[in-house]
Amino acid sequence: MAKIGRITKISGPVVQAEGVAGLEMHELTMVGNEELIGEVVRVEGDLATIQVYEDTAGLKLGEPVKGSGMPLAVELGPGLLQSIFDGIQRPLTVIRDATGDFVRRGVKATALPRDKKWHFVPLKKIGDYAAPGTIVGKVQETPLLEHRILVPPNREGKIDFIADEGEYTIEDCIAKLSKDGEIYELKMYHKWPVRKPRPYIERLEPSEPLITGQRIIDMFFPVAKGGAVSIPGGFGTGKTITSHQLAAWSDCEVIIYIGCGERGNEMTEVLINFPEWKDPRSGRPLMERTVLIANTSNMPVAAREASIYTGVTIAEYFRDMGYNVGVMADSTSRWAEALREISGRLEEMPAEEGYPSYLASRLGEFYERAGRVKSLSGLYGSVTLVGAVSPPGGDFSEPVTVHTKRFVRAFWALDSALASMRHYPAINWLTSYSEYTDYVEKWWNERTNGRWKELRLKALDILKKEDDLKEVIRLVGIESLPETEKLIMETARLLREGFLQQNAYDPVDTYSSPEKQFKLLSAILQFHEIALKALSKGTPVSKISSLTSVTDLAKVRMSVPNEKAEEIDRFLERIQADIKRLTGEGI
Amino acid sequence: MSFSVEYRSVQKISGPLIFVEGVSDVGFNELVEVKDAEGGLRRGRVLEINRGVAAVEVFEGTTGLSTTSTSVRFLGKPLTIPLSTEMLGRVFNGLGEPIDGGPAPFTEEYRDVNGLPMNPYSRDYPTQFIQTGVSAIDGMDTLVRGQKLPIFSGSGLPHNLLATQIARQATIVGEEVSFAVVFVAMGIKHDEAAFFKRSFEESGALKNSAIFLNLADDPPVERLVTPRSALTLAEYLAFEQDMHVLVILTDMTNYAEALREISAAREEVPSRKGYPGYMYSDFASIYERAGRIKGRKGSITQMPVLTMPNDDITHPIPDLTGYITEGQIVLDRDLHRRGIYPPINILPSLSRLMKDGIGKGKTREDHGPVASQLYSAYARAQELRSLSAIIGEEGLTEKDRAYLRFGDSFERKFLNQGIDENRSLETTLTLAWEQLSLLPETELTRIPDRFVKMYYKRT
Ligand SMILES: Nc1ncnc2c1ncn2[C@@H]1O[C@H](COP(=O)(O)OP(=O)(O)O)[C@@H](O)[C@H]1O
Ligand SMILES: [Mg+2]
Repeated sequence: MAKIGRITKISGPVVQAEGVAGLEMHELTMVGNEELIGEVVRVEGDLATIQVYEDTAGLKLGEPVKGSGMPLAVELGPGLLQSIFDGIQRPLTVIRDATGDFVRRGVKATALPRDKKWHFVPLKKIGDYAAPGTIVGKVQETPLLEHRILVPPNREGKIDFIADEGEYTIEDCIAKLSKDGEIYELKMYHKWPVRKPRPYIERLEPSEPLITGQRIIDMFFPVAKGGAVSIPGGFGTGKTITSHQLAAWSDCEVIIYIGCGERGNEMTEVLINFPEWKDPRSGRPLMERTVLIANTSNMPVAAREASIYTGVTIAEYFRDMGYNVGVMADSTSRWAEALREISGRLEEMPAEEGYPSYLASRLGEFYERAGRVKSLSGLYGSVTLVGAVSPPGGDFSEPVTVHTKRFVRAFWALDSALASMRHYPAINWLTSYSEYTDYVEKWWNERTNGRWKELRLKALDILKKEDDLKEVIRLVGIESLPETEKLIMETARLLREGFLQQNAYDPVDTYSSPEKQFKLLSAILQFHEIALKALSKGTPVSKISSLTSVTDLAKVRMSVPNEKAEEIDRFLERIQADIKRLTGEGI
Repeated sequence: MSFSVEYRSVQKISGPLIFVEGVSDVGFNELVEVKDAEGGLRRGRVLEINRGVAAVEVFEGTTGLSTTSTSVRFLGKPLTIPLSTEMLGRVFNGLGEPIDGGPAPFTEEYRDVNGLPMNPYSRDYPTQFIQTGVSAIDGMDTLVRGQKLPIFSGSGLPHNLLATQIARQATIVGEEVSFAVVFVAMGIKHDEAAFFKRSFEESGALKNSAIFLNLADDPPVERLVTPRSALTLAEYLAFEQDMHVLVILTDMTNYAEALREISAAREEVPSRKGYPGYMYSDFASIYERAGRIKGRKGSITQMPVLTMPNDDITHPIPDLTGYITEGQIVLDRDLHRRGIYPPINILPSLSRLMKDGIGKGKTREDHGPVASQLYSAYARAQELRSLSAIIGEEGLTEKDRAYLRFGDSFERKFLNQGIDENRSLETTLTLAWEQLSLLPETELTRIPDRFVKMYYKRT
């Protein structure tokens, strides 16, 4: 452990101390008389620079600085779920009990409850060899999730003792591992440094889609489990709502939601909704699978920098139990700005727009922590990372967006023009992309008689044509278009209003099952075919588009619930009958 | 103790900053008293301490200070202001000192102007509809209690009129509560400040208002403290005195300029357009002081006003504001030119908290779908306007022409209203349906059929 140093400089959240030779990079330190929590970000001789995770007002030169001998780490064990933590994993509930409704500094709080008893069930027996990552037992942490108790990745040994089934706190020893004459007392939790990815056996190709229940995503720009996606968009375009939607409806076993430098009220919203909203698969409250990390915009900026690492480390831990984990980080731009602010205080040479030159490599390191892996336990798990990006002025050529694009394989570009028309989600179908379509095609084709790919390409094609035709209309007006092209415009409108738009606040529309998504899309495309035939018999598009059965198809997304997806066929039958009547074929 | 030590070691003066050498026992961010050659006292704040040198920003500015005749005392505490309900009806400078000739408020209660971040776990979600009597806001960008909803304006646009109209008319229908206005002027002109005062006087709101003035010719550094002083009082009134407080902050653009000035004097690496990289966090430390707290009765609703330089909504000041606030009301020069008041362009405007303040049991069940339909219809009308400007109305279909009629009528009848016209929500929604009835029924794809049956072409 390092000696006690003295503060020589204070600049916002950055403090310099001397007399601390031996302090290590990223070591957790206690700063000042109040022992504020900090992390070493630079060492030079016996000088160290420390970013402080709490407000530094009133801190004075000469106050002490102590190392802890440990890197900044998180606690991993039962008690994570349903919690809300700050950026360095202090429970906000504990902070509230300590300092009231406003956050004061200096609160010492352990992440996991020490006194709570969990019902532990052993899965190994004395004499078994427990390699790193072995699952030695389990705890039903919430009705939704079985928490598997892991040997830490850096420990192993023969099991000399394992606790009987029963009630234990996380501080109780539940197993003893011996190796080379040394005994390791295993508890139900361990610590892991946030900046160090947890090891696994092998990385695998993504293969299964993450079903989000959001039509434009699942059908057009899917993400695979273990993938990395970015959601860039100017203010008010829907980054947060989209992130909330993914946190609520994705088919993950665990969700880590990181509110990084954003609004307090948005975390409150999750805290209110998630205990009430039900997981569509199990019917249980969503909160039972959720961990929240809230380091809002008015909370200390250095802790904001740490928050995404705290989140992703917790995610990897659940992945190592064999689960699919989704991480939503809103917003990674605020993380990057925290990085920039600290870097500025360190007087580092700035690269683009004041960001440090290592911005890109940090982003890369972060997104590389996504992936589907064979974990040390032998089970398969995944971490899917979804990062919101808030480009200044909505300009996607700024450094954070540009560099993020290099490390993610799906890009959901939010568009302010769509948002101002209240077309939500405002994901632009012409500029968004996903490189996961090939990976998930098989999964979808198995469930759609092999038609998924064909339908999505056809729909995208109609939307593309609409865009081209818009240019023409701008010059000559729609009236001078041939009828077949007018029909393209009409079908595209149905696609936009009846399929792409999805109202997060409508109880039916908010989540679409894969079956409903597919039925809806194929109904709209079938309408196109039927109408095309009618045109060839001389029926004008204007007659077709003013049929109420056609208008009703645009409302199916709200009127037909998932359980009744087959009713969508009925809407199509009505259209068919109406059009027959128009072409004079009778019924 | 620090109060006795007087330093005469000012080594450098740069813009609003002075650098004091050889200091010890000085805390980051603490309050500083600076005495000039004539014995005049100014106040400041420690921005950085490096070895023995403290960088101090002087709120009243450095004009007239010299390195030889200036003395400095560090007060060992942050800047605080006194708090009391007696502050309502009074006028203060940015540091919370009375400037209306009256006595200092009598109180024991002093608090750090910087405040503390509200614990997200303690927040209560804003859901109560505030009726402003302005159709464009109530109908389409509903304000709720505890929200932060700015007005994005441009120079010469009637943002002051609108802000005072809202302050005058804002009510929670069917509720008598204790209500206060905290008005914060940052770098605005004397006659603008006078306009606000007069307007509060006329409406009788003055006795429930506390006014914090930092005018255009007041020191810019004090401008950085002004909103913080005011919000400290607002928090006291809301969370300790159970009041519903509306805070009007105008003009955030002047505030941001003061921030940039300090940053430049500190030779910090700038981010966009010379504004400091921490401007987002700095803004957040103001805007996030709006809200409600579980188990407490009062609330803070913020209405910041800012003028977009060059009417550019992507400029860092509106941009960073929009990222933090819960929506924005955007004023439009073109509407203003055409005589529409309030000239609110609804398309870029947004109230993020609207959905929780409206609907069944709060406003009316059809409110949400109606607003959504108005948005998409008006967007369509705007698109067709520019189209018909090129190809003429003849190139449009009959349906398209209906949209054009809708667009005009929407602006003249729905958006446009008198500066004293206080419309009930019922009136606003009736007007909305009148406009929607100009469109064919099949176009109302965002409204459930039962509402269409109830209201379409009924007025
Ligand atoms: N899928 C959606 N359904 C309904 N409304 C949406 C949807 N997505 C966004 N919105 C609307 O857009 C507003 C802004 O969205 P938000 O996610 O807060 O934007 P951002 O995080 O990009 O600033 C929301 O308050 C809501 O009114
Ligand atoms: Mg957001």
